Amino acid sequence: MGQFGSVTLELLNGLASSFFLFILTLLISIPLGLLMCFCTMSKFKPLSWLFQGIVLVLRGTPLMLQIFVIFYVPGLLFGFQWPTMNTGWSWFDATFSTRFIAALVAFGINYAAYFSEIFRGGIQSIPKGQFEAGAVLGMSRREIFRKVILLQMIKRIVPPMGNEIITLVKDTSLANVIAVTELMFRAQQQLNKGLIWPIFYAGLFYFLFNALITYLLKIAERKLEYIKI
Amino acid sequence: MGYFVVRNLYKSYGKNLVLDDINFSIEKGQVLSIIGRSGCGKTTLLRSLNYLESIDSGEVYLEDELLLSNEFPKKENDIIKKRIHYGLVFQSFNLFPQYNVYQNIELPLKLMEEKRKKDNLPSLLNKRIEEEILELLDKVGLKNKMDIYPSQLSGGQCQRVAIARAMALKPDILCFDEPTSALDPELTGEVLKVILELKVKYHLTMIIVTHEMAFAKTISDKVMFMDGGKIVDYGSPDDVFNSQNEKTKNFLKSSITLNQ
Ligand SMILES: Nc1ncnc2c1ncn2[C@@H]1O[C@H](COP(=O)(O)OP(=O)(O)O)[C@@H](O)[C@H]1O
Ligand SMILES: [Mg+2]
Repeated sequence: MGQFGSVTLELLNGLASSFFLFILTLLISIPLGLLMCFCTMSKFKPLSWLFQGIVLVLRGTPLMLQIFVIFYVPGLLFGFQWPTMNTGWSWFDATFSTRFIAALVAFGINYAAYFSEIFRGGIQSIPKGQFEAGAVLGMSRREIFRKVILLQMIKRIVPPMGNEIITLVKDTSLANVIAVTELMFRAQQQLNKGLIWPIFYAGLFYFLFNALITYLLKIAERKLEYIKI
Repeated sequence: MGYFVVRNLYKSYGKNLVLDDINFSIEKGQVLSIIGRSGCGKTTLLRSLNYLESIDSGEVYLEDELLLSNEFPKKENDIIKKRIHYGLVFQSFNLFPQYNVYQNIELPLKLMEEKRKKDNLPSLLNKRIEEEILELLDKVGLKNKMDIYPSQLSGGQCQRVAIARAMALKPDILCFDEPTSALDPELTGEVLKVILELKVKYHLTMIIVTHEMAFAKTISDKVMFMDGGKIVDYGSPDDVFNSQNEKTKNFLKSSITLNQ
């Protein structure tokens, strides 16, 4: 295998790592963000204040700092070690290391905070009349949210969510600060060996990935076009 | 005691007393119109009856069943059981934009049927749900629009769908909050005609907040004139529209000049 082939293989492994970080972050942060959103909107004030504070801190400090804290602080304070998980996949040389798991936790919480604000804006932008119409038609709050509000909210949050998701793709490279072997980490290893071009090659991967996401978001927007709010 | 009785209803927002000792009763099949200046508490009265606002004190009875007091039911399900006695048609229609006309009516009906099944209550339907919905749409003259989305309907058509939707759960009392105020003048007629038909053909019991004085005169069995949260005049349309009360006279005079 030539140099190009071996570097490609290296980077693809990094890409796989970045991709898992990306997709698992979304799977964690979307439901968690919805939960945070309900907590910040809770009528029980102490709960609402607590979560408003949490969201403020998570959005107000660098993600890189949060990654450091989540990776190192539990160990320093409590001797806690983040677990590892071996995939057993022969094609994937990066197992889900303690570093990966710590990064995933940091990303999950951080993005949940951003998403919760988007969800809150989405819910609050829906006219009060929609909730009230559901209520006077004998629907429970749960039914109103699921059957009336949710889809209208999704329509409104697709554009801002899209922005965050595209940012997330690029943000996965921050995991590199605790040496998660993601795409940028691998490209940097090549740089240390004196090869410059793999950095641009990695950039191309990010770009293509985001091009795909942009395309999918466009489809989603088109599918929701029939809802005129 | 009458069919629907409201007694000593008080409601304030902070220091602002918005409903000040409201008392009235209507019989089954009667239509009550509520008239009065903007800000006199008409909307608040309807919203309170429909559990959208809490009240300070007072009672509401429907055929001797206590529907509303200042003790709000704690459980959502109990509020829902009381609420089903009313329908409310809003000024701004509030149709669900992601559902077509048919689905707008089907959704609350299906959900209510599911809940009633769970609670071992009898079904609200006399026939298949599809026939039931088509019949409702027929009553408001929109049978041919069932797969159209609200955004493609005129305001008058939207409001007629909203009326059909409000009737789907077979409320005992159907309330309207200025049903034509958001409409272009040329569209108010079709909506008022539908409401009038509900009285003439189906004898629904209705409470209508309206600025359409001619309509109120025609459709009402009782008319209520409110001012500053109080009932100033209450009686037959003849009584109220020929009232000797200065406040009522002033209001009627100003609304006539407005309509011209
Ligand atoms: N949510 C609210 N909070 C505080 N005051 C309100 C609220 N809704 C209505 N009001 C006040 O209550 C009074 C009656 O309002 P409303 O019932 O809407 O009158 P109408 O429908 O007759 O125009 C007004 O003075 C209005 O400012
Ligand atoms: Mg009003």
